[in-house]
Amino acid sequence: MLRFVARRLLLMVPVLFGLSVLLFVWVRALPGDPARALLGERASDAGVARVNEVYGFDRPVLEQYGVYVGALLRGDLGTSIQTGRPVTSSFLEYFPATLELALAALLFAVVLGVPLGYLAARHRGGFIDSAVVSGSLLGVVTPVFFLAILLKLVFASWLGWLPSGLRQEPRLDATHVTNFYVLDGILTGEWDAAWDAVVHLVLPGIALGTIPLAIIVRITRASVAEVLDEDHVRTARAKGLAAGTISRRHVLRNALLPVMTTIGLQAGLLLSGAVLTETVFSFNGIGSYLFGAITDRDYPVLQGFILFIALVYCLINLLVDVLHGVVDPRVRVS
Amino acid sequence: MSLPVPSVTGADPVGAGPPTGPEEAGVSLGRATWRRLRRTPTAWVGAAIIVLFVLVAVAAPVLTPYAPASTRWAGEVSTTSVPGPSAEHWLGLDRYGADMATQLLYGARTSLLYGVVSTLIGLLAGAALGALAGGAGAVGGRIGSWVDATITRLVDVMLAVPSLLLAVSIAAVLGKSGTAIVVAIGAAQVPVFARLLRSSMLAQAGADYVLAANALGLRRSRIVMSHLLPNSVGPTIVQATLNLATAIIEVAALSYLGLGTPEVASAEWGRMLVAAQERFEQAPRLALLPGVAIAVTALGFTLLGEALREALDPRSRR
Repeated sequence: MLRFVARRLLLMVPVLFGLSVLLFVWVRALPGDPARALLGERASDAGVARVNEVYGFDRPVLEQYGVYVGALLRGDLGTSIQTGRPVTSSFLEYFPATLELALAALLFAVVLGVPLGYLAARHRGGFIDSAVVSGSLLGVVTPVFFLAILLKLVFASWLGWLPSGLRQEPRLDATHVTNFYVLDGILTGEWDAAWDAVVHLVLPGIALGTIPLAIIVRITRASVAEVLDEDHVRTARAKGLAAGTISRRHVLRNALLPVMTTIGLQAGLLLSGAVLTETVFSFNGIGSYLFGAITDRDYPVLQGFILFIALVYCLINLLVDVLHGVVDPRVRVS
Repeated sequence: MSLPVPSVTGADPVGAGPPTGPEEAGVSLGRATWRRLRRTPTAWVGAAIIVLFVLVAVAAPVLTPYAPASTRWAGEVSTTSVPGPSAEHWLGLDRYGADMATQLLYGARTSLLYGVVSTLIGLLAGAALGALAGGAGAVGGRIGSWVDATITRLVDVMLAVPSLLLAVSIAAVLGKSGTAIVVAIGAAQVPVFARLLRSSMLAQAGADYVLAANALGLRRSRIVMSHLLPNSVGPTIVQATLNLATAIIEVAALSYLGLGTPEVASAEWGRMLVAAQERFEQAPRLALLPGVAIAVTALGFTLLGEALREALDPRSRR
């Protein structure tokens, strides 16, 4: 198992290295000189000279790359042009929010998706099945940001049941240790703060979780339907096993393998969806930070963001593969 | 690079697609697919939506007497109200004082143009890369394997970033314009198409008809171009149809994030959603109409794409 993980970690190295080369070449391939591209068209000569000095654009290309990679290896993703803050520390500050949101969305998708998919498969061709299948189709084609706007309109503006944005009531003045607000509330014993953070997660979580929910429903349904037709299930039935035992031990256990892989594959979707959801709900995470960087064309932030996301994405995929290996021994061998 | 359509004629002695039912023996892959597709109701629904969408996009100037993005009626919009449907404006005005129906119709035009062009960019560049890698990999040899490995690495690197975020980053660098959005979304699709075509070509490389062609002494480049490639483009075409749905949503998403043209009142569905957000408590239709338009269009391409996938490979039916 350890060798499996180590090999997968090693495989990540060339990918991230390749990405760093691509990103490096990319800034330098921008029309005009990179300093002007960074500063915009109305940059003064002094400003250009200053950027050249800070970023070393006037030095030999190989040396520049060496400096760049050296900084990367120390965990330095660069410095924001707008705020002057190191990109890495901003990411570490904002990432817990995005992760919290993504986990809430995933929870919503899995808790609702697996039972719904199972039900649909058990009643194939029936009313529940058609409702679930059409519902999931609708979920896939509805843009995240549109759904987010709708939820905000109905549940926050009209009904007033849930907050329309932010991560927590600012007047609660909660203590933040980890920047995972729910966890912080639990750790510090500020239960009202933890509950408030949960409440703030509901609408963004549903908005972000809907597409994964739709996908999980479809995969669970297909997978359960396939296993239900298999010989071992018929044998179990013929043996006279209780229906509950068959579903739990014979159907679900086998059917959930592809579902698990699918859940892992949602990582990319959740990360990209989070950017849009956070923008709608002014949820202070990586997405909102990126949105600001896009508006200001803060190039180092964008560049750092891609590398950071790639790293997170690769690590999540690794985690999924490892989990898969734990559940299904056949994976480890191949 | 132009891709031949999948047509393995019945007369081709080595023609082989996925296993087909007994009634389909001796029928070409393309024809068998078409037969199955014709019998799928969802394919017709999807196709109908797409036809309607294309008609609206093309005929927008005929369907509305007004020009797009014209804020002629800005005087009628106040901070407290946005005029609703009337005889003159069937769907009312938007918050900038443009005719809502006109904006929606021309929005279809923008979506179609951006969606199709970006998917074409992704498809052509991705298919070229994928065919090169798959062809080189199938031919083998030192150079072949090297070409295949290099392209595969490049694709892996690009796949390390979720596609929408890749598109966002590319568009952010290219500057705020429609072209930037199209190029960015197209570029972000390249790795998907490249990987798909490569793997389906390599999967075909071991098929009997390839062995037969080899045994007949055909040149390897000929085998790749006229046997492997035509038999492998099916999944790529399915993916392209499905990607059109994603591309249309992503176009809206990118302009929602402020990456499109800087013109505020432009007739683009994503941009209309941004504008609607400030006023949606007064006039929910401002958000509902463009949102539903995006979803329905995406639904059309998704339905057709999935029906096509099932028709091409009946085993994938779920």
